[in-house]
Amino acid sequence: MAALAVPLRRSIRSRAALPGFGFSLAFTLFYLSAIVLIPLAALIIRPWELGWGGFWAEIAQPRVLAALRLSFGAAAAAALINSVFGFIVAWVLVRYRFPGKKLVDALVDLPFALPTAVAGIALSALYAPNGWIGGPLANAGIKIAYTPYGVMVALVFIGLPFVVRTLQPVLADLHRDSEEAAATLGATRFQTFRRVILPMLAPTLLTGTAMAFARAVGEYGSVIFIAGNLPMVSEITPLLIIIKLQEYDYAGAAAIGVVMLTISFIFLLSLNALQAWASSRR
Amino acid sequence: MTNILRPRAATDDHPLVKIMLGATAIGFLVLFLFMPLLTVFGEALAQGWQMAWNALNEPDAIAAIKLTLLVAAIAVPANMTFGLAASWCIAKFDFRGKNLLITLIDVPFSVSPVVSGLVFVLIFGLQGWTGQWLRDHDIKIVFALPGIVLATIFVTFPFVARELIPLMVDQGRDEEEAAATLGAGGWSTFFRVTLPNIKWALLYGVLLCNARAMGEFGAVSVVSGHIRGLTNTMPLHVEVLYNDYQYVGAFAVASLLALLALVTLTLKSLLEWRFAGELSASGRH
Repeated sequence: MAALAVPLRRSIRSRAALPGFGFSLAFTLFYLSAIVLIPLAALIIRPWELGWGGFWAEIAQPRVLAALRLSFGAAAAAALINSVFGFIVAWVLVRYRFPGKKLVDALVDLPFALPTAVAGIALSALYAPNGWIGGPLANAGIKIAYTPYGVMVALVFIGLPFVVRTLQPVLADLHRDSEEAAATLGATRFQTFRRVILPMLAPTLLTGTAMAFARAVGEYGSVIFIAGNLPMVSEITPLLIIIKLQEYDYAGAAAIGVVMLTISFIFLLSLNALQAWASSRR
Repeated sequence: MTNILRPRAATDDHPLVKIMLGATAIGFLVLFLFMPLLTVFGEALAQGWQMAWNALNEPDAIAAIKLTLLVAAIAVPANMTFGLAASWCIAKFDFRGKNLLITLIDVPFSVSPVVSGLVFVLIFGLQGWTGQWLRDHDIKIVFALPGIVLATIFVTFPFVARELIPLMVDQGRDEEEAAATLGAGGWSTFFRVTLPNIKWALLYGVLLCNARAMGEFGAVSVVSGHIRGLTNTMPLHVEVLYNDYQYVGAFAVASLLALLALVTLTLKSLLEWRFAGELSASGRH
């Protein structure tokens, strides 16, 4: 019966094939190529007019290296902060009940929805020495705005929802059986968390943190207002690309762009591998 | 009261832990999300409603608002059409390289906004591939509307497609095939069968696409040239005013954008609460 059903089903399918395949695929490929693939090819080809030597000379300038160090360093620090506080936020939103929870939950997406320039000037005003937060900190001798710490603050803002939104569904699906089992076997709540809950969530937490990091590395709008943009100190890589463009150094700008693109793609690929690994573990 | 008296389940946190974690989470969100939002409106109204209104009701600000609306009005429908076409061929047909295509559609999300603008300068800029030819024929793309639209389309490229693809793959092709067997044509199958099934997910994707299109800063900043009253979108106008120390004006325009973000978040939350099942089977991201 089953053996008969399969070929029968297939013959029906082929007769009832839906229209529009050629048209929709052709349009998709054309649009994808015109908007994404050809422009990216233009970026990848451009710096090689300098040759290998010229490309490396471009990247190895102290100012470029300092910018890369800041972009990746601040993004890593911000991702780390978000992995801790994002975890706590996700935990509280999934496990606890409190009034206004839906509102707080909706607010978590604010960094996705708020234009980056708006976030940038708001954070800058807030953390400037005369701002609501920057003022008290300045009295205590701590400077945030116009230093690398300012860059980090902006990147924490941008990255938070990635960690929270990645963790939430997995945390909600987490069966409490193993927690109960651990408790029955005499584990304290903290032991259960460290030995049972954290290992189960680790791949997801890592994925969310990696996404926050990837977004933060290329971030521009929310950073440039609070960073102060001092060359060698608080100048991020995307800003350096813009400066090169303003000097009509297209090849130099493209060289930095290619480095950033390459690192993001390597990151994207490892992220996909990580997600595959995480879902195979669940 | 009953909560406190009831014995605590083994998988519940200690009340003290709850208070500590809860306070940490709320404190963090207030510090990093709520206060910046409050600052936008606070600074805009620092010198009263009238000053904020004056900052919006002046020619450059109005030109920026119009340009932002125009750019979104071109970019969003373009990406919506693409999203529908891409999800139709991916969900309803089998072909080789499908996974590669899905991966490529997501690529713009992992590209820095500045690089997204840079690629168009490299093609259409004065010293780009076509720069000389464009100049000879007096066609302006970079530092003009076409460049801004292209950069915006690039950064908002995946929004609609990535909402629709998983949903339509999940829904399969049985309903469309039934319609086709009963003699419905391609377009009427699409409008009568497919579209009603995906309308909320489509709206969700368009909503996010629009928010990003109107708020995009980095990519647009590279291609716009910052010509006041001509190629400044709202986020760029915010930057120009802020760098001119016109804080009330900058925050007044910024608060319009913040309102757009709040409306977007509200509608998005409503869609998630009301139509969770019809948005995506695989949950939200």
